Amino acid sequence: MKTSIPVEERMSAGHLACQGCGATMSMRYALKGLGEKTVFVIPACCWTVLAGPAPKSALDLPVLHSPFASAAATATGVKAGLTARGDRETTVVAWAGDGGTFDIGLQALSGAADRNEDIIYVCYDNEAYMNTGVQRSGGTPEGAWTMSTPGKAGSARPKKDLDAIVLAHHPAYFATATPAYAEDMTRKFAKARTIKGFRFLRILSPCPPGWKTDPKDSAKVSRLAVQTGLFRLYEVENGRMRLNMPVANRKPVGEYLRLQGRFKGLSAEAEAAIQASVDKIWNEGKS
Amino acid sequence: MPLLDDDARSLPRVILSTRRMSENKTGNWRTMRPVIDRHICTGCQICWKYCPEACVKLTDKVPAIDMDFCKGCGICVEECPKRCVSFVPEASV
Ligand code: SF4
Ligand code: SF4
Repeated sequence: MKTSIPVEERMSAGHLACQGCGATMSMRYALKGLGEKTVFVIPACCWTVLAGPAPKSALDLPVLHSPFASAAATATGVKAGLTARGDRETTVVAWAGDGGTFDIGLQALSGAADRNEDIIYVCYDNEAYMNTGVQRSGGTPEGAWTMSTPGKAGSARPKKDLDAIVLAHHPAYFATATPAYAEDMTRKFAKARTIKGFRFLRILSPCPPGWKTDPKDSAKVSRLAVQTGLFRLYEVENGRMRLNMPVANRKPVGEYLRLQGRFKGLSAEAEAAIQASVDKIWNEGKS
Repeated sequence: MPLLDDDARSLPRVILSTRRMSENKTGNWRTMRPVIDRHICTGCQICWKYCPEACVKLTDKVPAIDMDFCKGCGICVEECPKRCVSFVPEASV
């Protein structure tokens, strides 16, 4: 039977994710692209819980749980250990949330990227500390409600430009992905696996309780992030950037924002400012 | 709990996960049940592709949803291009 993504499932049902979890969809696609010779390092994040308590696991491959700050360092060690034992084939993946990447694990990430460690670092970015009840992270966009940024105006600070930080380390491969584009995500993981050196993927990962969306809308909101131009699907190889999904007729950002209760307090001016910033980025890309 | 130590004595003792989370039947989380109209379904596999529980099984044509695990998120209901998955309250089934 022909399918648009590989049939093999390496993530089993029975995991502990909320209904409609984007991080779960992403894990499923990632494993389809990576194949079985893969080891995961997971720092404190939603997936620490979702994989299930020992001695049970929802993932059909070895997982090493690491402290919050040290996903990239732990993955570096696992890779070195495998190499010392003569295994050059197994792919080592650090799989962290935005809290463990933008904030708490940034130093270890920078170190591993700078040393060009032969690992894949994945940040599934749901734009807040969701596992502990929606606290603001460096990945939270301006204007979004979180438990630690109450009030109508939401988060006062713009989202940290993590892509620029990582790209400043000249990684061997860099890509963005989001679950609505399952084929694109699977392809990027399959490709990342074949490349040597430090590889990084950032996944925009819808979170129904944290974004205050209906669980049924997880693919839809992920798709709208791309169609409105707010989230760009792209890859960078050898310093060359390639836009995977050039959006000819961008939808208004309001279509993405209004699906999410976390942006309920956004003023018309704030929405116009978001639209203007998106327009600016795309117009710069044209020249 | 099984430990990794017998085969590899030089390694630190670590707890091994030898069982699967598929023992954990999440179907009882569900309040709404997706039901596919098999006369309209074209077998396009889109519901299979997007299911976060990986509980939609591929068949020759109409996919089979494993109700032991379906959490009732409704993504298949929303994404089906034929709009042939209805969402019915579990209490009425
Ligand atoms: S998405 Fe709809 S039409 Fe396609 S296989 Fe599923 S139920 Fe059938
Ligand atoms: S309702 Fe959600 S969990 Fe159930 S089959 Fe559809 S997509 Fe999968």
